[in-house]
Amino acid sequence: MASREFLLPDVGEGLTEAEIVTWKVHVGDTVTLNQPLVDIETAKATVELPSPYEGTVVALLAEPGDVVDVGSAIISIDVGGDEPAAATSESTTAEAPSARTAVLVGYGVATETAPSRRHRRSAAGPPAATAPSTPVPVTGAPGVPQLAPRSTPPVRKYAKSLHVDLASVQGTGRDGLITRADVEQAASPRTTTTVHAPPGPSKFAGVTIAGWDDGPLEERIPVRGVLRSMAEAMVKSAFTAPHAAAWLKVDATRTMDLVASVRDRPALAGLKLSPLAFIALGVCHSARAHPGINSSFDDAAGEVIVRRSIGLGIAAATDRGLIVPNIKAADKLDLVGMARALDALVATARAGTTTPADMLGTTLTITNVGPFGIDGAVPILPPGTAAIVAVGQISPQPWVLDGALCVRQVVELAVTFDHRMVDGALASTFLRDLARFVEDPAAALLVG
Amino acid sequence: MVRAGRGTREDAPDAQVDFVQLLSPTGERVEHKDYALEISADEAKGLYRDMVHVRRVDVEATSLQRQGQLALWAPLRGQEAAQIGAGRALEPDDFSFPGYREHGIAWCRGISPAQSARSFRQVTNGGWDPYEFNHAEPSIVIGNNAINAVGYAMGVQHDGAESAVMVCIGDGAMSQGDIAESFVWAAVFQAPVVFLLQNNHWAISEPTERQSRIPLYKRADGFGFPGVRVDGNDVFAMLAVTRAALARAREGSGPTLIEAFTYRMGAHTTSDDPTRYRILAEVEEWERKDPIDRLRTYLLATKAADQAWVESIDAEADVAARELRDAVLSMFGPSPISIFDHVYQEPHPLVDEERAEMVALIGAEEAGSLK
Repeated sequence: MASREFLLPDVGEGLTEAEIVTWKVHVGDTVTLNQPLVDIETAKATVELPSPYEGTVVALLAEPGDVVDVGSAIISIDVGGDEPAAATSESTTAEAPSARTAVLVGYGVATETAPSRRHRRSAAGPPAATAPSTPVPVTGAPGVPQLAPRSTPPVRKYAKSLHVDLASVQGTGRDGLITRADVEQAASPRTTTTVHAPPGPSKFAGVTIAGWDDGPLEERIPVRGVLRSMAEAMVKSAFTAPHAAAWLKVDATRTMDLVASVRDRPALAGLKLSPLAFIALGVCHSARAHPGINSSFDDAAGEVIVRRSIGLGIAAATDRGLIVPNIKAADKLDLVGMARALDALVATARAGTTTPADMLGTTLTITNVGPFGIDGAVPILPPGTAAIVAVGQISPQPWVLDGALCVRQVVELAVTFDHRMVDGALASTFLRDLARFVEDPAAALLVG
Repeated sequence: MVRAGRGTREDAPDAQVDFVQLLSPTGERVEHKDYALEISADEAKGLYRDMVHVRRVDVEATSLQRQGQLALWAPLRGQEAAQIGAGRALEPDDFSFPGYREHGIAWCRGISPAQSARSFRQVTNGGWDPYEFNHAEPSIVIGNNAINAVGYAMGVQHDGAESAVMVCIGDGAMSQGDIAESFVWAAVFQAPVVFLLQNNHWAISEPTERQSRIPLYKRADGFGFPGVRVDGNDVFAMLAVTRAALARAREGSGPTLIEAFTYRMGAHTTSDDPTRYRILAEVEEWERKDPIDRLRTYLLATKAADQAWVESIDAEADVAARELRDAVLSMFGPSPISIFDHVYQEPHPLVDEERAEMVALIGAEEAGSLK
């Protein structure tokens, strides 16, 4: 049998990666030429990839949610015949009659990397039956032309002059490019020794970067993926909607008491009930009283859209960076429903399997900065929404209650709002009613 | 801030539009007082075969792009009648200037689908010799081909030749300065040129009614030549009106603007996602005006063709698609050092020196094996 691998193409002029959304075939399926195999989502569009081969699916080499580099194999198809197994993809064999670096249309030169699985953590589903999680050799089989290691012509020439075999050099340049310095080091490895302590990697902008002592003096990180989304959304919002903010401190003691007293009820079994669930209910509760806060400004149409359904966005810091998935129709949920929805949202975000659909349709947002030990924040609005509520840490603080000084569990709530259609009076009364809810959630839930 | 307003609703796809139509969406032949068309069964079947072929090949090219075998593709689906009707009106000695979506007109000029795909495969800057087919290379820049075409038409005029020039533009191009300029020159010099405007309703994501306050064909009035709107999904009307406009050009009566009122059913290019800016209902509305369906209905109803013939055309188109695939998969790029071949026409010592340096840099085997 002969297997062919389909390498993820650049479907949109200069894309470097795409996310696998849905497989339309399974291992063992027979596929025909141009049969839809998979939906992928790129920075530009969601597109369907048709099969370049006829045959039987041997393995799916990437799972839904994986972000795969352009040029990586995503599926292996047995096309029959007697060629050796692990044959390279058609494009590679076609393009590499001589062992030059194949710069095929749509593939760039990043053909040597395996599927990037970096955005995936826990098992949201079992891996495909026969899909190996090891990198698939794109160039490995004997007799198959090797692709040249990635470098630039002058560096190749330099390596040749120093009798350095580039295949044995580990590239440290961008995307693994072999640089002049790499060649120098390979030529005289003793001149450079690593004396540093083990690196202390750090997370920044959704990628892992080296620690202070281990990294280069200056590092450039490509703006793409979640980082690009965040950057674009924030710029769009900051320079479209005039932001204004209001905040106040609230005695959340009764909320905390209620959390403690209902936490062990059977209906909440297995759920991590937190005060955030009550604040989320409070946001919906207050928005029902002030529908204008759940709106968006349609500049093109010259209209403000008021929505009587809440897509409650929850800003989540994940390994991929900041994402804002939302809870659909949050205004219809009771406490149990809200707690369950929050748990599911957080689990999905942590697993890295949040889909674009999960992030569409946010109408009102909560950002919870409390877990970082922060009192409060003035956030930027997600584009197209009228308000975002920031929740600070809930901590014991001096408080005046019935004329006497005492210690209460206090939280600072802030709302940032789009001042084109939301005025200070609306934002303030919305925030005040949210605060009343947090001060006495039981009363608010029972009598409104 | 001044915003572009929405123009007349006459441009809205659902509005009643007054245009030349000879074959209705339900496949009924209708007459038009200015544009009579005598068409034989064989001619009609030829037009059908053309449209089915270019659509099938277009689907294959789109798939090839999705498989990483073409860098880009600009799908023509929905515009087959506009292109085949206009393309088949051309005489061999006429000269045509396409944009980048005119695979149907290229087909009419005798250019194979594989040749059309070559530049999209990025193995060449142009897939054919323009003088072999009297069809210029695709113009990616919007509107500049109209300037080229008017210049060419003025050359035809100076030569005293009896041929016409056709240039393909779109609704987006109508907002370009180059178009206004070429309209002025064409009108003033009575240049023998036909401006084929395929109004497919979307300039990438910008709808036509945001780009004009009057129907586009009426713009010609202001420049001093006739403009006519045609049902761009009616291959008979496209053939008749384009023939008349080309005849007018050849006899020295000057330019014509033809607005083919049609619709781009697919994406602007394979890099585009139209679901982000237009609604499905609009696409479905145009699905009912499909150019191929109405001609098939007509051919079957008039007994010009039977179901077996229709199926044989589909099978033929599948073969053409397979041929395109095979051809594309066996196209290779030029050697990296071929870049030096196009600097000067004559040998040049400095370029020779640079070429030798490049060969030394990348290695003779790499440079030579592809040469």
